[in-house]
Amino acid sequence: MTDPVLQASGLSRRFGGLAAVSDVSLELHLGEVHAVIGPNGAGKTTLINMLSGDLAPSAGSVRFRGREIAGLSADRIARLGVGRSYQKVNIFPEFTLLENCRLAAQARLPSSLRLFRRALAETALVEAASLALTLVGLDQPWDRLAGAVSHGEQRQLEIAMTLATEPKVLLLDEPLAGMGAEESERMVGLIARLGESHAVLLVEHDMDAVFSVASVLTVMVNGRVLERGTPAAIRESVAVQQAYLGAAETAS
Amino acid sequence: MADGYTFLIQILNGVQYGLLLFLVASGLTLVFGIMGVINLAHGSFYMMGAYLAFSLMELVGNLWLAILLGIPLSIAIGLALEALLFRRLYRRDHLDQVLLTYGLILIMEEVRSLLAGDDVHGIEVPKLLDFSIRLTDTLAYPVYRLVMSGICLGVAALMALVIQRTRLGMTIRAGADNREMVQLLGIDIGLVYRMVFAAGVALAALAGMIAAPVASVYPGMGNQILIISFVVVVIGGIGSIKGAFLGSLLIGLADTFGQVLAPEIAGVTVYMLMAAVLLWRPAGLFGRA
Amino acid sequence: MRVLLIAGLGALALYPLVGSAFYLQLFAKIMLLAVFAMSLDLLVGFTGLVSLGHAAFFGLGAYTLMLLSPEYQAASIWLSLPVAVGVTAVAALVIGALVLRTSGVYFIMVTLAFAQMLYYFAIKSKALGGSDGAYIYVKPDAALLGWRPFDLGNRVHFYYVALVLLIGTYALLRTVLRSLFGHVILGIRANERRMGALGYPVFRYKLAAFVLAGAIAGVAGYLEAAQFGYVSPEFFGWQESGSVLMMVILGGVGTLFGPILGAFALTLLQDFLSDEAVFHGFHKHWLLPMGLFIVLAVLWLPRGIGGLALRGPRAVPETADD
Repeated sequence: MTDPVLQASGLSRRFGGLAAVSDVSLELHLGEVHAVIGPNGAGKTTLINMLSGDLAPSAGSVRFRGREIAGLSADRIARLGVGRSYQKVNIFPEFTLLENCRLAAQARLPSSLRLFRRALAETALVEAASLALTLVGLDQPWDRLAGAVSHGEQRQLEIAMTLATEPKVLLLDEPLAGMGAEESERMVGLIARLGESHAVLLVEHDMDAVFSVASVLTVMVNGRVLERGTPAAIRESVAVQQAYLGAAETAS
Repeated sequence: MADGYTFLIQILNGVQYGLLLFLVASGLTLVFGIMGVINLAHGSFYMMGAYLAFSLMELVGNLWLAILLGIPLSIAIGLALEALLFRRLYRRDHLDQVLLTYGLILIMEEVRSLLAGDDVHGIEVPKLLDFSIRLTDTLAYPVYRLVMSGICLGVAALMALVIQRTRLGMTIRAGADNREMVQLLGIDIGLVYRMVFAAGVALAALAGMIAAPVASVYPGMGNQILIISFVVVVIGGIGSIKGAFLGSLLIGLADTFGQVLAPEIAGVTVYMLMAAVLLWRPAGLFGRA
Repeated sequence: MRVLLIAGLGALALYPLVGSAFYLQLFAKIMLLAVFAMSLDLLVGFTGLVSLGHAAFFGLGAYTLMLLSPEYQAASIWLSLPVAVGVTAVAALVIGALVLRTSGVYFIMVTLAFAQMLYYFAIKSKALGGSDGAYIYVKPDAALLGWRPFDLGNRVHFYYVALVLLIGTYALLRTVLRSLFGHVILGIRANERRMGALGYPVFRYKLAAFVLAGAIAGVAGYLEAAQFGYVSPEFFGWQESGSVLMMVILGGVGTLFGPILGAFALTLLQDFLSDEAVFHGFHKHWLLPMGLFIVLAVLWLPRGIGGLALRGPRAVPETADD
């Protein structure tokens, strides 16, 4: 096993008296999809927020390629190579699909304090954006407004934007939420492909998707890690079934 | 011992100014915190109160009577403005609110000019209270100022009581956090908004009225206090009455001592205090970020 | 819209051939206010920062000229203007570093407060002339190595200087908005949180926009002081900040030409409403109909005058076919 690209140890987050996350540790490796599952309120989103820098941990550490990043601002962490997609689509609806990704790609430049370099003339950025859009499977034309395309396409755009920043780590927060069967299949295929070249953390409720694409599963309940293992092992685990899968099956 | 009394006088002055500011700033922060409306014309209500006191005094000759008549009058004007204009601002963005209330300032200033002229007016301190407490041979403190502080403290206590202990207060606090929920509970949020707005107007007008004998009545008085109220709200945190109270006292004392210790930069101490707070807490002392 | 704009600029360019001296001066003043308004639009319409204290930089430009002008001699424009820009830019850097820590309503209040701080400073300061203000007895001199390309004391020359500044500022801002930087601030206005998540140090860019806007406002203030040879604390006043914000909003936020329209509309309206010949005794209260106009405009024209002509979403980055 190679060294982990992202390593979280003893992460905790309290809000007043409430402990949303307690003592969670996990590792992300290149070429692997690590799924985090659990019932609502298990603390999964809080966990992702701590890894991406949207929230500072109350305790614990996060190391990216050996470097401590816990408590750094979200933009610094993003620049280091940790990309994050949002559960609730967080795009620029007034801009075109291409511009959404081009702007994301531009974030990789050392500085955008260039008042006279015409943005659209930077072909490298336009190419990077086109590549990201193609990777997620978004059809041309790309000059459609992001706010006007379908929900599924917006979710694809959401991932494309994160990809355009060329991250090493991908934190995907419920990318399949609200998707139909066909779109979900496409997205699952994409996640599998991304898993080959990145270190992917996948938070999802869709069990079929999770089991088909993840190589490691972490089950969280009430802010803590209940169990960790391969999909097969988790499927067999009585504790997990009791805590979660049973409820999921009656729901699905 | 004279130094001690001088110090005491400055403290009393600072507190008095701060408490007066609190009346105005609390209205501003309530309207913003609960209805989400930034009202640049809030200072104009303060001015309106002062001019009402002046005009009513001419009629009834007694400041307390003038206040008794003036407050309902102010509330009526406030409710009319709410129905005509402010109601439409609840859904608009801050830009529109700033623009509309700026226009309202201009209108209210000119209406005042047309009705009451542009002269500076003085109002006599009520005879009963027109004496001072002797501190030393040369120093005395006006009782009216103490009464002013007393009234402001009384109003503050009343506000705290209503907000913390009554159902109305609970509704107001709930409405600030979650408008839809309150409506689902069957409560008429529009009524709550009207009451909060009326309260804001009444507070500002009352401040103008009781301050009039001390600060006189002049054009532009509204805008001056508005800007300081803004500083109070920034320091205290939007929507926080506690913050407005603390912020007002801080500003009151800072400004008073600033005038005494460093008159050359007197007006500026308030803003330096604001800059200092911003560096430390960008959302104000009690603000929610 | 472009056609109208070019036609308008053309008309402005030709006006001195037929115009009266009074209107020449008025239009020049309006053009300077338009530059001031465009700089504010960069903040309000394109970066999403509603500043109610932009007059701070307008006033700084004006007062810098006053301080650099020797009593009965002319300051050189080639020295004093860059200094004014420098002073204003540094002030914007300092003030921006503080106020940009806030957002939303706090930002509005705090920008107002800083402008007020300068206002009170100007009133108290004897060196700056106090509440009476100060005079600039001789206008800045444009002489360079013996050659004088224009004379600011000449009304027509001043008019063309203002026109060139107007066109130049418009062109500059259009270019900046097309640039890498421009796309970033448009992104910040559209979705600041996502910009941060993508890796942009958002604060830096907001500050840069704030400094650029402040510097341009400083140039406008400098020339405004030069035009009438007078500065006063009112240059920092909230009425000045409020008035230029009105021009931006009423003209059309995030359009750049909107503020130009707004500057013309509001100033000409003010000129008309305060005209004694038309309104007799009431003209002194011109702020009343002005206030009514503003209130009604907000209620009925939510997108401003410029918005009437502009359908579709506001301020978006250029696309390949722009």
